[in-house]
Amino acid sequence: MRLRRTLTRALPLTPAVALLLLFLAGPIAYCAYIAFTDLQLTGQAHSSFVGFENFRAAFKDDAFLNAVWLTLVFTVLSSLVGQNTLGLALAALMQRASKPVRTVVGGIVITAWVLPEVVAGFLLYAFFRREGTLNAILDWLHLPTQNWLFTLPILAVSFANVWRGTAFSMLVYSAALNEIPKEITEAAEVDGAGGWRRMWHITLPMIRRSIGTNLMLNTLQTLSVFGLIWVMTRGGPGNRSQTLPLFMYEQAFQKSMIGYGTAVALLLLVVGSLFSLVYMRLLRTEV
Amino acid sequence: MPVRTRLRSRRTGRRLAADAGLLAVAAAFALPLAWVVLSALDPHAGLRVRVPDGLTLDNFDAVLKPDITYTPLLNSLILCGGGTLLTVVCAALAAYPLSRFRSRLNRPFLLTILFATCLPITAIMVPVYALFVRVNLIDTVQGTIFFFAASQLPFAIWLMKNFMDGVPKELEEAAWTDGASSLQSLVRIVLPLMGPGVAVVTVFSFVMMWGNFFVPFMLLLTPDQMPASVSINDFFGNRGTVVYGQLAAFSVIYSTPVILLYVLVARRLGGGFALGGAVKG
Repeated sequence: MRLRRTLTRALPLTPAVALLLLFLAGPIAYCAYIAFTDLQLTGQAHSSFVGFENFRAAFKDDAFLNAVWLTLVFTVLSSLVGQNTLGLALAALMQRASKPVRTVVGGIVITAWVLPEVVAGFLLYAFFRREGTLNAILDWLHLPTQNWLFTLPILAVSFANVWRGTAFSMLVYSAALNEIPKEITEAAEVDGAGGWRRMWHITLPMIRRSIGTNLMLNTLQTLSVFGLIWVMTRGGPGNRSQTLPLFMYEQAFQKSMIGYGTAVALLLLVVGSLFSLVYMRLLRTEV
Repeated sequence: MPVRTRLRSRRTGRRLAADAGLLAVAAAFALPLAWVVLSALDPHAGLRVRVPDGLTLDNFDAVLKPDITYTPLLNSLILCGGGTLLTVVCAALAAYPLSRFRSRLNRPFLLTILFATCLPITAIMVPVYALFVRVNLIDTVQGTIFFFAASQLPFAIWLMKNFMDGVPKELEEAAWTDGASSLQSLVRIVLPLMGPGVAVVTVFSFVMMWGNFFVPFMLLLTPDQMPASVSINDFFGNRGTVVYGQLAAFSVIYSTPVILLYVLVARRLGGGFALGGAVKG
């Protein structure tokens, strides 16, 4: 009787659970399986189990190590430093700015965030090209110009990701700053604490949970950026902006090594899962 | 009160400084946006921001053709509309027992959902491709819709459950005593009361799918089935020299729906996106 009631109550969960098992858990399990095989894209009847061979090969592969390094640079520059700091700065300035300025600036920054990934890629591609807007401005200021997508591709795609992702941090931090009671900051101001000291000793400690949340989500989002880099540089020139998702794609499809590509994917998934777990600990929600 | 006057004048000065700082950052953010809008209207658009030689709608005329714009947009609409519908229906159904009934399984289930929300979907696209080839779902619209829905579901369930918790249970109890089933009270009472919440989940899912490039890029092969997010690359590949004005015009057309949807939802919820409630914890 009780069991039947429980089952009836759980019935509405079935469509969602079925979809999640078939199309999310299934591929993840399959990923964990083919990462240990030598599956290839073409002309192979069946694949065989190779153990940790793919992983061993990866850590000896200079192209893989290069991708790991570029992913680190990309994540630290665009997510930790760029989106996070700029988002916090914008949110803090917005607390003091007049309303019309706040609306206009918020609108522009959020538009960059809402735009489809590929469109954002094209806009920033045009911006950084040799004939593009950035060089036009540098020219006007009599500063040396260069072909950014060729000389500093990883910096260009990092800036693109900052352009695209800052709005999220800005929204998270705006919400967090709004919850700090006015009395606290005013009291500190009357006591003579300057802007930077107030930020460091009062504001930042009070929003530390939001900082943690925001860093985790930014990092996870940045780790899986594909379209933006693909549109701007295809991972090139050479492999100088080839982060792990692009490396994984190249190995699996241009070099037909699905097994190897999936091993890289599994590593990315494991790193993502670790971040997820840290994030959940930070939240410590009472679900 | 000298202290107060001093504070006030200092505050005015600070407001001006803040305004100036914000406008400077916004100008940098606006440059690429200005490029796409101006180039779309410019008869001789190049790669840099400049005042057009004259305004023209020729770029829009050139791209508003079935094979360039209408078919990809229709494909996008079918994929994202189907995916969103499936996501919202499944999420609403799943959120109901999670929000309404106590069970020992709720907590582990929700923690798993939260965990899945954060997984980098990009990483599993290669195995999804391999799996879809095996089960003959590769290059099918329904396969792509199913995957879209599955990848968006964790976050949709999470949001939907949080919104549903905000609807008081007492309102349903009257309906239960009148003999209404769970499904009836969900559809007739709970969902209408959480209209804004459902709107947020719907718009968010749709916007995420509309802008997604990697999933259709991997799972669809036939050019005729490609959504706008993939077909936009043809401006570079197949048509010889790149006509930047047309690329810009297409970008404007393709981006407009999601911007409108965002404005719609942001207005209804009073400025800040309701995502705040979901991610702040």
